[in-house]
Amino acid sequence: MSQEESRGLQAKEKAEVTGPTEQTRAGLVFTPEVDIFETEKDITLLADMPGVKADQLTIDLRDNILTLDGEVKSPEADNEVDIFREYRTGKYYRQFNLSELIDQSKIDAELKDGVLRLTLPKAEETKPRKIEVKAS
Amino acid sequence: MLLRRFSDWPGYGLSSPFDEIDRIRREMDRLSAGLGRGVFSQPRAGVFPLMNITDRGDAYVVRAELPGMKADEIEISITRDTLALSGERKIAAESKNAKYHRKEREAGKFSRIVTLPGEISTETVEATCADGILTVVLTKSEKAKPKQISIKSE
Repeated sequence: MSQEESRGLQAKEKAEVTGPTEQTRAGLVFTPEVDIFETEKDITLLADMPGVKADQLTIDLRDNILTLDGEVKSPEADNEVDIFREYRTGKYYRQFNLSELIDQSKIDAELKDGVLRLTLPKAEETKPRKIEVKAS
Repeated sequence: MLLRRFSDWPGYGLSSPFDEIDRIRREMDRLSAGLGRGVFSQPRAGVFPLMNITDRGDAYVVRAELPGMKADEIEISITRDTLALSGERKIAAESKNAKYHRKEREAGKFSRIVTLPGEISTETVEATCADGILTVVLTKSEKAKPKQISIKSE
């Protein structure tokens, strides 16, 4: 077991969006936590978006800007009265600037148990090539 | 409400004017905290996972955000008036040649206990995990359930 796994989780509040994008609708907007990594073939993004259902998530990629927008319906029923609240619920919104060219036709997105896994395959021409340096 | 505040204003008999400034500042802090946080008036325990607890009348409903976890990965135990949750959030390792741009998601163990405001029935516990949100419905014990008392008119 690695160090990472055995560590205890710390409670922390969700971060509210403070970016330049103005929201036109009322309600809280949070920044989902993400992991982004790339291999030679693709860029993968994992985002924690608890409460978002697949049909409420919009993923948009244009002009190298990737936008994640997930709506969350309040999980509480009308007949429930708050006793205490430690976390708040609201939608998720985050934008990323991708520096690589992405093959739009092969993007794959899967949302499972509140975690989005987005695979963005790199376009052929951007895949790194090994450059041979010749000794003269 | 404002009038009432002014009527019991402890303006006289203070040892220094700074006491009053302090009091106003504390009151302002309290009010502004109330504005920003809505019902966030309770001190938070600072233990993972953060929970929201509501009262449904017949039951207490406890919710926690645990993205990526399934119901059977979370250990739930209850007593007469407490709920304990424990488990481990695991993030599967990616391929060895993955190079990270961001790594914000965290894995780790957690264990938390909360005391509920009333007694619960230890026989029926309903726990579900959907879209990364754990919902535990704890039925109140007969004693804790609100009872309708009908008043007979003669």
